[in-house]
Amino acid sequence: MSDGAIRPLPIVVVGHVDHGKSTLVGRLLHETGSLPEGQVEAVRESSRRRGMPFEWAFVLDALQAERDQGITIDTTQIRFRTARRPYVIIDAPGHKEFLKNMVTGAARAEAALLVIDAAEGVQEQSRRHGYLLRLLGIPQIAVVVNKMDLVDWSAGRFGQVAEGFRAYLAELGLTPLAFVPVSAREGDNLAAHSPRMPWYQGPTVVQVLDSFEAAPRPVDRPLRMVVQDVYKFDQRRIVAGRIESGRLRVGDEIIFSPSNKVVRVRSIEAWNVPEPPEEAVAGESIGITLSEPIFVERGEIVSHLERAPMETTVFRGRIFWLGERPLEVGNTYTLKLGTSEARVRVEAIERVIDTDDLSGRPADHIARHGAGEVILRADRLLALDPFDANPATGRFVLIEDYLPVGGGIVSMEGYPDQRQLVTRRATNIHAVGHAVTREARIARNGHRGGVLWFTGLSGAGKSTLALALERELFRKGYQVYVLDGDNIRSGLNADLGFSPEDRAENIRRVGEVAALFADAGMIAISAFISPYRADRERARRAAGDGFHEIYIHAPLEVCEQRDPKGLYKKARAGEIPDFTGISSPYEPPENPELVVPTHELSFEESLALLVDYVERHFRA
Amino acid sequence: MSWNYLAELEAESVYVLREAFAKLDRLAVLWSLGKDSNVVLWLCRKAFFGHVPFPVIHIDTGKKFPEMYAFREHYARAWGLELIVEMAPPEEEVDPTLPPAARSAARKTLGLQRALEKHGFEGLILGIRRDEQALRAKERYFSPRTADNRWNMKDQPPEFWNQYMTDFPPGTHVRVHPLLHWTEVDIWRYTKRENIPVIDLYFARDGKRYRSLGDRDITFPVESNARTIDEIIAELETTHIPERAGRAMDHESEDAFERLRATGYM
Repeated sequence: MSDGAIRPLPIVVVGHVDHGKSTLVGRLLHETGSLPEGQVEAVRESSRRRGMPFEWAFVLDALQAERDQGITIDTTQIRFRTARRPYVIIDAPGHKEFLKNMVTGAARAEAALLVIDAAEGVQEQSRRHGYLLRLLGIPQIAVVVNKMDLVDWSAGRFGQVAEGFRAYLAELGLTPLAFVPVSAREGDNLAAHSPRMPWYQGPTVVQVLDSFEAAPRPVDRPLRMVVQDVYKFDQRRIVAGRIESGRLRVGDEIIFSPSNKVVRVRSIEAWNVPEPPEEAVAGESIGITLSEPIFVERGEIVSHLERAPMETTVFRGRIFWLGERPLEVGNTYTLKLGTSEARVRVEAIERVIDTDDLSGRPADHIARHGAGEVILRADRLLALDPFDANPATGRFVLIEDYLPVGGGIVSMEGYPDQRQLVTRRATNIHAVGHAVTREARIARNGHRGGVLWFTGLSGAGKSTLALALERELFRKGYQVYVLDGDNIRSGLNADLGFSPEDRAENIRRVGEVAALFADAGMIAISAFISPYRADRERARRAAGDGFHEIYIHAPLEVCEQRDPKGLYKKARAGEIPDFTGISSPYEPPENPELVVPTHELSFEESLALLVDYVERHFRA
Repeated sequence: MSWNYLAELEAESVYVLREAFAKLDRLAVLWSLGKDSNVVLWLCRKAFFGHVPFPVIHIDTGKKFPEMYAFREHYARAWGLELIVEMAPPEEEVDPTLPPAARSAARKTLGLQRALEKHGFEGLILGIRRDEQALRAKERYFSPRTADNRWNMKDQPPEFWNQYMTDFPPGTHVRVHPLLHWTEVDIWRYTKRENIPVIDLYFARDGKRYRSLGDRDITFPVESNARTIDEIIAELETTHIPERAGRAMDHESEDAFERLRATGYM
């Protein structure tokens, strides 16, 4: 059924302050006959009264304060039409102080025009805006080189400006559809080709706009519906939300994340429609009823079972920062992702990006209007997607003191999906009533059972110390056994590789086996890097109070220098993907029972420290 | 459901309304009885499956057209609305430095402010659109107001990726604008598609019709022969006359509307 409404393409116009964005939009409206009657005359008259020269930019804004300052302080929005289709043009401010308004406007756009002054060339905000367009996920851009009248319509100057910027954008992964030389003030190359630049054969601004395509609806991506609320206005219990991607049908088996509840869709509810829908797809705000009365709540993500979002408490964010106070390591913020909210702590700032040359460097803070990559840890399990897999559930906003202070996109590179790690485990330690009691085993062995969980970087000395400690404890009469890659990987975990998921599963099994050894009255020493805090916490839960986390600590530089197996060299050469410390994170323990600083102690001192620890904690 | 541009507009508005209902404790919707706020009420019923689960406020200046009062009484009952009618204070209580029509219009602002205080509302849903007027183009979906009802237009919070500002320091209230992305012609197309009732004053009689409805003494009809919604849509496709041309207070001085908005006008 057609109702005649045609979707306008949302376009944003960005660029450095005073490079002529508003002039471009104002003149474009005039050239295409899109201005309300009398608007130009009214603005000419008001400019005359003020004793100011007429500017096309004034056409856009009836806002007095703006005219006095001569800058667009907030986004404005203009409707406009070409022969092909209607547009909504969002004119975003170029002044650095108004980056939040630029983001507000640009985030709605599906294509962008980036305006550069031919005389001034590429400036700080030109680059920063280019960078933000990439981060905001605006897929299509074109560059308008403005004020060609000020450079005598010079093809050489145009080429110079265009080539420099083309290289910058290419590094970001952005390929502009076109570079158009224009004079917005004079109207050249906007709607018609300019006789003053016969050397330019490319498209006019209007032709460029008409060559942009509307963003396709993500109907073929995995189903994601963000739950906004659960309603009980009448006898129906309706789970309400929007389908961000994919499609959902009545009868589908769905899972709510992160609560991991599985249920079927009984009906799709809608008001004032000809017939109840059987299917709903990306973009629709819907309501569903469920086959069983399970408890679910706002913030969850509905998906199909087989293509569910990831679950994690920690992730990497590529962020832009708008807050007055800088983002700092250790700070906590409220995270909003989809409809879910959580407290997150900035665990690390991996790098701050210099948008002038796209270089990155480590730092302890990200200042206002800066960008960078950070590690965020949430106070609870989150359901999310890597941004590249599913943008709507892969981007987030950070809130401080009620205000949105930053936005970012999710990268899960190097982090495992924690979903399979929340699996229920049998209660095999305390609940199972063995005939032989724990006390009897302690009496026989002369010591308690437990787990010495070594964690640390490759090369820190875990295996060497574990084997030496095993020998020493055995000599002293302890029942002791080392679990390491050699005896675990060859049998029990022969089915696992080295992806983040497999490494997490590897550690999960080691944790369970170590817990069984402990229950049997033995001391299990595990010697695995086990880089993720969540994995070690799970191992701790498995073993209960007999668990001792022991941080075998040496700084990365030291480990890399030792490099006993030559692994760091290979990792640096890119031959080993996901190598902890190089291309995959290591999360140091927060409160380990014991720290053994192997870069400060000799081997013998380290071993003595460990033996002493066991003697004090395990002797019956 | 067939997917097209109107469906997209509707889905976006429904999302905004549900966010407001989930996040704001004491919520109400403003009903001016005009075409836009009728669409807002309709979208509420879409969002909440036939219900409007919060009070509906009408600020009555006592100077509305008789047709508007009849419409209010009829549909408040038919749609099962929890209607709150608040009388606007007399003009003597309004800022005397405003030009005359703006001063008259500001009665509504003052009435609204008093209604908010009286009932302690934290969130107020309004049917303004970006395309109506340059200042409204700068609005956010969730737009905070200070305790004294002020709009800090020059320092608004950023709003992107459907994440709205939904938590506030005490004393703030928030205006929610679910129609921000609609245009006048979208409103009419949707009104037609959904068969939403409208007041007859919008249709031409003797070569004139109202494009925008306000108080009897400061609202004027525009020249038009559009007698049906289809004819209104056809007219809007070609006109270059702004929608609020018939609203006197917009045109008295260059900054009249800005001053009205900054102090709480919708």
